[in-house]
Amino acid sequence: MRPSSWKRPLLAALSVVVLGTLGWAALAPIRVASHEAAFEIPRGTFAHRMHGEHVDIFPQTIRLTLGLNDVLVLRNGDSVPHLFGPAIIMPGQSFRLPFETASTYSFQCTAHPNGGLSVIVDPAPAPGWGRLQWRWYELTSAA
Amino acid sequence: MAAVLLLALACMAATLVHFAPAPAPQQAAAMSAEVLKAGVFSPAYAAPEFSLRGTDGSDVNLARYRGKVVLLTFGFTHCAAVCPTTLATLAQARNGLGTTADKVQVIYITVDPDRDDAGHMKAYLAAFDPTFLGATGSANKLAAVRKDYGVTAVREGAGPDYAMAHTSSIFLIDPAGRLRALMPFGHKPADFVHDVRYLLNS
Repeated sequence: MRPSSWKRPLLAALSVVVLGTLGWAALAPIRVASHEAAFEIPRGTFAHRMHGEHVDIFPQTIRLTLGLNDVLVLRNGDSVPHLFGPAIIMPGQSFRLPFETASTYSFQCTAHPNGGLSVIVDPAPAPGWGRLQWRWYELTSAA
Repeated sequence: MAAVLLLALACMAATLVHFAPAPAPQQAAAMSAEVLKAGVFSPAYAAPEFSLRGTDGSDVNLARYRGKVVLLTFGFTHCAAVCPTTLATLAQARNGLGTTADKVQVIYITVDPDRDDAGHMKAYLAAFDPTFLGATGSANKLAAVRKDYGVTAVREGAGPDYAMAHTSSIFLIDPAGRLRALMPFGHKPADFVHDVRYLLNS
Protein backbone atom coordinates (compact mmCIF):
# COMPACT_ATOMS: atom_id res chain seq x y z
CA MET A 1 0.00 0.00 0.00
CA ARG A 2 1.45 3.37 -1.02
CA PRO A 3 1.20 6.23 1.44
CA SER A 4 -1.06 9.02 0.36
CA SER A 5 0.47 12.24 -0.96
CA TRP A 6 0.20 14.17 2.33
CA LYS A 7 1.76 11.39 4.37
CA ARG A 8 4.94 11.24 2.34
CA PRO A 9 6.34 14.66 3.39
CA LEU A 10 5.27 14.01 6.96
CA LEU A 11 7.21 10.75 7.03
CA ALA A 12 10.18 12.50 5.47
CA ALA A 13 10.01 15.23 8.08
CA LEU A 14 9.75 12.73 10.93
CA SER A 15 12.73 10.86 9.54
CA VAL A 16 14.74 14.08 9.50
CA VAL A 17 13.76 14.77 13.12
CA VAL A 18 14.58 11.27 14.34
CA LEU A 19 17.86 10.93 12.46
CA GLY A 20 18.92 14.45 13.36
CA THR A 21 18.18 13.92 17.03
CA LEU A 22 19.95 10.58 17.07
CA GLY A 23 22.93 12.07 15.27
CA TRP A 24 23.12 14.93 17.72
CA ALA A 25 22.69 12.64 20.72
CA ALA A 26 25.50 10.40 19.48
CA LEU A 27 27.97 13.09 18.52
CA ALA A 28 27.37 16.33 20.41
CA PRO A 29 29.69 16.96 23.38
CA ILE A 30 28.09 16.42 26.76
CA ARG A 31 27.83 19.50 28.91
CA VAL A 32 26.83 19.39 32.56
CA ALA A 33 26.19 22.21 35.01
CA SER A 34 28.42 20.75 37.74
CA HIS A 35 31.16 18.14 37.71
CA GLU A 36 31.01 17.58 41.45
CA ALA A 37 30.02 14.41 43.26
CA ALA A 38 29.60 15.58 46.84
CA PHE A 39 29.55 13.49 50.01
CA GLU A 40 29.39 14.54 53.64
CA ILE A 41 30.88 12.84 56.67
CA PRO A 42 28.13 13.41 59.24
CA ARG A 43 28.61 14.60 62.78
CA GLY A 44 29.20 11.74 65.18
CA THR A 45 30.85 9.41 62.65
CA PHE A 46 34.06 9.07 64.66
CA ALA A 47 32.21 8.58 67.94
CA HIS A 48 30.05 5.85 66.42
CA ARG A 49 33.14 4.07 65.12
CA MET A 50 34.84 4.31 68.51
CA HIS A 51 31.79 2.63 70.06
CA GLY A 52 32.14 -0.21 67.59
CA GLU A 53 28.96 0.74 65.77
CA HIS A 54 28.59 0.16 62.06
CA VAL A 55 28.92 3.40 60.15
CA ASP A 56 27.49 3.41 56.66
CA ILE A 57 27.64 7.01 55.53
CA PHE A 58 28.45 6.74 51.86
CA PRO A 59 29.36 3.93 49.47
CA GLN A 60 32.50 1.90 49.92
CA THR A 61 33.10 2.45 46.22
CA ILE A 62 32.37 5.73 44.49
CA ARG A 63 32.02 5.66 40.73
CA LEU A 64 32.82 8.77 38.70
CA THR A 65 32.94 9.51 34.98
CA LEU A 66 35.40 11.82 33.30
CA GLY A 67 33.80 14.90 31.79
CA LEU A 68 30.55 14.37 33.72
CA ASN A 69 31.09 14.00 37.44
CA ASP A 70 34.86 13.85 37.80
CA VAL A 71 35.34 15.99 40.91
CA LEU A 72 34.98 14.30 44.27
CA VAL A 73 34.00 16.61 47.12
CA LEU A 74 34.19 15.37 50.69
CA ARG A 75 32.87 17.62 53.43
CA ASN A 76 33.71 16.85 57.02
CA GLY A 77 30.63 17.59 59.11
CA ASP A 78 32.07 15.64 62.05
CA SER A 79 33.63 17.23 65.12
CA VAL A 80 37.06 15.62 64.60
CA PRO A 81 39.49 15.62 61.65
CA HIS A 82 39.17 12.81 59.13
CA LEU A 83 41.85 11.37 56.89
CA PHE A 84 41.13 10.84 53.21
CA GLY A 85 44.18 9.51 51.43
CA PRO A 86 46.99 11.82 52.51
CA ALA A 87 44.58 14.69 53.14
CA ILE A 88 43.50 15.60 56.65
CA ILE A 89 40.08 17.19 56.36
CA MET A 90 39.39 19.37 59.38
CA PRO A 91 35.90 19.72 60.92
CA GLY A 92 33.80 21.95 58.70
CA GLN A 93 36.33 21.72 55.88
CA SER A 94 35.82 20.34 52.38
CA PHE A 95 38.33 18.63 50.15
CA ARG A 96 37.69 18.92 46.43
CA LEU A 97 39.66 16.44 44.34
CA PRO A 98 39.44 16.52 40.53
CA PHE A 99 40.29 13.44 38.47
CA GLU A 100 41.69 13.59 34.94
CA THR A 101 42.67 9.96 34.36
CA ALA A 102 40.34 6.98 34.19
CA SER A 103 41.51 4.41 36.72
CA THR A 104 40.70 2.81 40.06
CA TYR A 105 42.00 4.73 43.05
CA SER A 106 42.25 3.41 46.58
CA PHE A 107 42.29 5.82 49.49
CA GLN A 108 42.68 5.47 53.19
CA CYS A 109 39.52 6.93 54.73
CA THR A 110 38.88 7.11 58.46
CA ALA A 111 35.16 7.69 57.89
CA HIS A 112 34.72 4.15 56.61
CA PRO A 113 34.40 1.07 58.82
CA ASN A 114 37.34 -0.72 57.20
CA GLY A 115 39.37 2.44 56.81
CA GLY A 116 39.40 2.49 53.01
CA LEU A 117 37.53 3.93 50.05
CA SER A 118 37.75 3.06 46.35
CA VAL A 119 37.08 5.56 43.62
CA ILE A 120 36.53 4.16 40.15
CA VAL A 121 36.86 6.77 37.43
CA ASP A 122 35.38 5.69 34.10
CA PRO A 123 36.34 7.25 30.76
CA ALA A 124 34.08 9.92 29.31
CA PRO A 125 31.31 8.55 27.09
CA ALA A 126 32.82 8.20 23.63
CA PRO A 127 31.19 9.89 20.61
CA GLY A 128 28.70 7.49 19.08
CA TRP A 129 27.18 4.67 21.03
CA GLY A 130 28.62 5.79 24.39
CA ARG A 131 27.07 9.26 24.28
CA LEU A 132 23.82 7.87 22.90
CA GLN A 133 23.60 5.40 25.78
CA TRP A 134 24.38 8.10 28.32
CA ARG A 135 21.70 10.45 26.95
CA TRP A 136 19.17 7.67 26.82
CA TYR A 137 19.91 6.80 30.43
CA GLU A 138 19.55 10.46 31.45
CA LEU A 139 16.29 10.77 29.54
CA THR A 140 14.77 7.65 31.04
CA SER A 141 15.98 8.55 34.53
CA ALA A 142 14.42 12.00 34.26
CA ALA A 143 11.19 10.47 33.00
CA MET B 1 5.81 20.32 2.05
CA ALA B 2 8.11 23.22 3.00
CA ALA B 3 5.94 24.07 5.99
CA VAL B 4 6.14 20.50 7.27
CA LEU B 5 9.89 20.45 6.88
CA LEU B 6 10.19 23.75 8.71
CA LEU B 7 8.03 22.37 11.48
CA ALA B 8 10.23 19.30 11.68
CA LEU B 9 13.37 21.39 11.89
CA ALA B 10 11.81 23.52 14.61
CA CYS B 11 10.95 20.39 16.59
CA MET B 12 14.51 19.15 16.21
CA ALA B 13 15.97 22.47 17.33
CA ALA B 14 13.70 22.49 20.38
CA THR B 15 14.86 18.99 21.28
CA LEU B 16 18.50 19.95 20.99
CA VAL B 17 18.04 23.05 23.11
CA HIS B 18 16.16 21.08 25.75
CA PHE B 19 18.82 18.39 26.11
CA ALA B 20 21.88 20.61 25.89
CA PRO B 21 21.66 22.95 28.88
CA ALA B 22 24.66 25.22 29.13
CA PRO B 23 25.87 26.20 32.59
CA ALA B 24 24.48 29.52 33.76
CA PRO B 25 27.02 32.34 33.30
CA GLN B 26 27.48 32.88 37.05
CA GLN B 27 27.93 29.18 37.65
CA ALA B 28 30.43 28.87 34.82
CA ALA B 29 32.42 31.77 36.22
CA ALA B 30 32.46 30.22 39.68
CA MET B 31 33.59 26.89 38.27
CA SER B 32 36.51 28.39 36.39
CA ALA B 33 37.49 30.53 39.38
CA GLU B 34 37.92 27.62 41.75
CA VAL B 35 39.55 25.16 39.37
CA LEU B 36 42.90 23.83 40.47
CA LYS B 37 44.50 20.69 39.15
CA ALA B 38 45.26 19.64 42.71
CA GLY B 39 42.81 18.65 45.42
CA VAL B 40 41.66 21.81 47.21
CA PHE B 41 40.96 22.41 50.91
CA SER B 42 38.10 24.78 51.64
CA PRO B 43 38.37 26.76 53.78
CA ALA B 44 42.16 26.72 53.87
CA TYR B 45 43.83 26.70 57.27
CA ALA B 46 47.41 27.50 58.27
CA ALA B 47 49.79 24.75 57.21
CA PRO B 48 51.24 22.92 60.23
CA GLU B 49 54.53 24.59 61.12
CA PHE B 50 57.74 22.65 61.67
CA SER B 51 61.36 23.32 62.48
CA LEU B 52 63.89 20.98 60.90
CA ARG B 53 67.53 20.99 59.87
CA GLY B 54 67.95 22.19 56.33
CA THR B 55 70.41 21.10 53.68
CA ASP B 56 71.53 24.74 53.48
CA GLY B 57 72.68 24.55 57.08
CA SER B 58 69.82 26.61 58.48
CA ASP B 59 66.64 25.82 60.37
CA VAL B 60 63.85 25.11 57.91
CA ASN B 61 60.39 26.36 58.76
CA LEU B 62 57.46 27.61 56.75
CA ALA B 63 57.50 31.11 58.19
CA ARG B 64 60.71 31.73 56.23
CA TYR B 65 58.82 31.41 52.99
CA ARG B 66 55.90 33.78 53.44
CA GLY B 67 55.32 35.43 50.09
CA LYS B 68 56.27 32.27 48.21
CA VAL B 69 54.40 29.15 47.25
CA VAL B 70 55.90 26.17 49.05
CA LEU B 71 55.71 22.77 47.39
CA LEU B 72 56.19 20.34 50.25
CA THR B 73 56.94 16.70 49.65
CA PHE B 74 58.15 13.72 51.68
CA GLY B 75 60.55 11.00 50.55
CA PHE B 76 63.98 9.43 50.84
CA THR B 77 67.04 9.61 48.64
CA HIS B 78 67.26 5.84 48.08
CA CYS B 79 63.75 5.86 46.60
CA ALA B 80 63.82 4.04 43.27
CA ALA B 81 60.89 5.55 41.41
CA VAL B 82 58.47 7.87 43.18
CA CYS B 83 60.91 10.47 44.53
CA PRO B 84 63.00 10.83 41.34
CA THR B 85 59.81 11.21 39.34
CA THR B 86 58.36 13.78 41.73
CA LEU B 87 61.56 15.81 41.96
CA ALA B 88 62.10 15.76 38.20
CA THR B 89 58.51 16.90 37.72
CA LEU B 90 58.95 19.74 40.20
CA ALA B 91 62.22 20.78 38.55
CA GLN B 92 60.47 20.92 35.16
CA ALA B 93 57.60 22.85 36.69
CA ARG B 94 60.01 25.38 38.16
CA ASN B 95 61.62 25.81 34.75
CA GLY B 96 58.18 26.25 33.25
CA LEU B 97 57.44 29.11 35.62
CA GLY B 98 60.13 31.27 34.03
CA THR B 99 60.72 34.51 35.86
CA THR B 100 58.29 33.61 38.65
CA ALA B 101 60.29 30.50 39.58
CA ASP B 102 61.91 32.40 42.43
CA LYS B 103 58.45 32.70 44.00
CA VAL B 104 58.41 28.94 44.59
CA GLN B 105 60.29 26.90 47.18
CA VAL B 106 60.42 23.12 47.05
CA ILE B 107 60.98 21.50 50.45
CA TYR B 108 61.77 17.79 50.57
CA ILE B 109 61.42 16.25 54.03
CA THR B 110 63.10 12.91 54.50
CA VAL B 111 61.26 9.91 55.89
CA ASP B 112 64.59 8.06 56.28
CA PRO B 113 66.81 10.06 58.67
CA ASP B 114 69.14 7.09 59.23
CA ARG B 115 70.49 7.33 55.70
CA ASP B 116 69.55 10.88 54.68
CA ASP B 117 71.89 13.32 56.36
CA ALA B 118 71.89 16.94 55.25
CA GLY B 119 75.02 16.61 53.10
CA HIS B 120 73.81 13.57 51.25
CA MET B 121 70.39 15.13 50.64
CA LYS B 122 71.94 18.34 49.36
CA ALA B 123 73.97 16.48 46.71
CA TYR B 124 70.96 14.38 45.76
CA LEU B 125 68.60 17.34 45.38
CA ALA B 126 71.14 19.41 43.46
CA ALA B 127 70.96 16.86 40.65
CA PHE B 128 67.35 17.94 40.12
CA ASP B 129 67.45 21.63 41.04
CA PRO B 130 70.00 23.37 43.27
CA THR B 131 67.27 25.53 44.81
CA PHE B 132 65.44 22.53 46.26
CA LEU B 133 65.77 22.44 50.01
CA GLY B 134 66.03 19.20 51.97
CA ALA B 135 64.98 18.91 55.59
CA THR B 136 65.86 16.32 58.19
CA GLY B 137 65.80 15.91 61.95
CA SER B 138 65.38 13.34 64.66
CA ALA B 139 63.12 10.38 63.97
CA ASN B 140 60.62 11.66 66.53
CA LYS B 141 60.57 15.15 65.10
CA LEU B 142 60.05 13.87 61.56
CA ALA B 143 57.30 11.53 62.73
CA ALA B 144 55.50 14.48 64.34
CA VAL B 145 55.65 16.44 61.08
CA ARG B 146 54.31 13.46 59.15
CA LYS B 147 51.45 13.11 61.61
CA ASP B 148 50.52 16.78 61.22
CA TYR B 149 50.27 16.34 57.45
CA GLY B 150 48.65 12.89 57.46
CA VAL B 151 51.72 11.41 55.79
CA THR B 152 52.63 7.76 56.22
CA ALA B 153 56.05 6.12 55.94
CA VAL B 154 56.60 2.42 56.50
CA ARG B 155 59.93 0.61 56.32
CA GLU B 156 59.97 -2.31 53.88
CA GLY B 157 62.77 -4.89 54.10
CA ALA B 158 65.23 -5.68 56.84
CA GLY B 159 68.65 -5.41 55.18
CA PRO B 160 70.72 -2.31 54.47
CA ASP B 161 68.91 -1.83 51.15
CA TYR B 162 65.53 -1.41 52.78
CA ALA B 163 62.90 0.84 51.18
CA MET B 164 60.30 3.18 52.62
CA ALA B 165 56.71 3.05 51.43
CA HIS B 166 55.59 6.64 51.81
CA THR B 167 52.92 9.14 50.87
CA SER B 168 53.68 10.48 47.42
CA SER B 169 51.42 13.53 47.24
CA ILE B 170 52.76 17.08 47.17
CA PHE B 171 51.32 19.74 49.48
CA LEU B 172 50.76 23.23 48.06
CA ILE B 173 51.15 26.01 50.61
CA ASP B 174 50.20 29.52 49.51
CA PRO B 175 52.19 32.74 50.08
CA ALA B 176 50.19 33.39 53.27
CA GLY B 177 51.26 30.04 54.72
CA ARG B 178 47.93 28.29 54.26
CA LEU B 179 47.67 24.68 53.19
CA ARG B 180 45.60 25.21 50.06
CA ALA B 181 45.87 22.00 48.08
CA LEU B 182 47.36 18.57 47.65
CA MET B 183 48.59 17.26 44.30
CA PRO B 184 48.40 13.47 43.97
CA PHE B 185 51.42 11.69 42.50
CA GLY B 186 51.51 11.43 38.72
CA HIS B 187 50.56 14.94 37.65
CA LYS B 188 52.47 16.68 34.89
CA PRO B 189 54.75 19.71 35.36
CA ALA B 190 52.17 21.87 33.55
CA ASP B 191 49.64 21.13 36.29
CA PHE B 192 52.04 22.46 38.93
CA VAL B 193 52.77 25.53 36.79
CA HIS B 194 49.03 26.14 36.49
CA ASP B 195 48.36 25.79 40.20
CA VAL B 196 51.40 27.75 41.38
CA ARG B 197 50.44 30.66 39.13
CA TYR B 198 46.90 30.47 40.49
CA LEU B 199 48.13 30.56 44.09
CA LEU B 200 50.51 33.44 43.40
CA ASN B 201 47.75 35.48 41.78
CA SER B 202 44.82 34.62 44.03
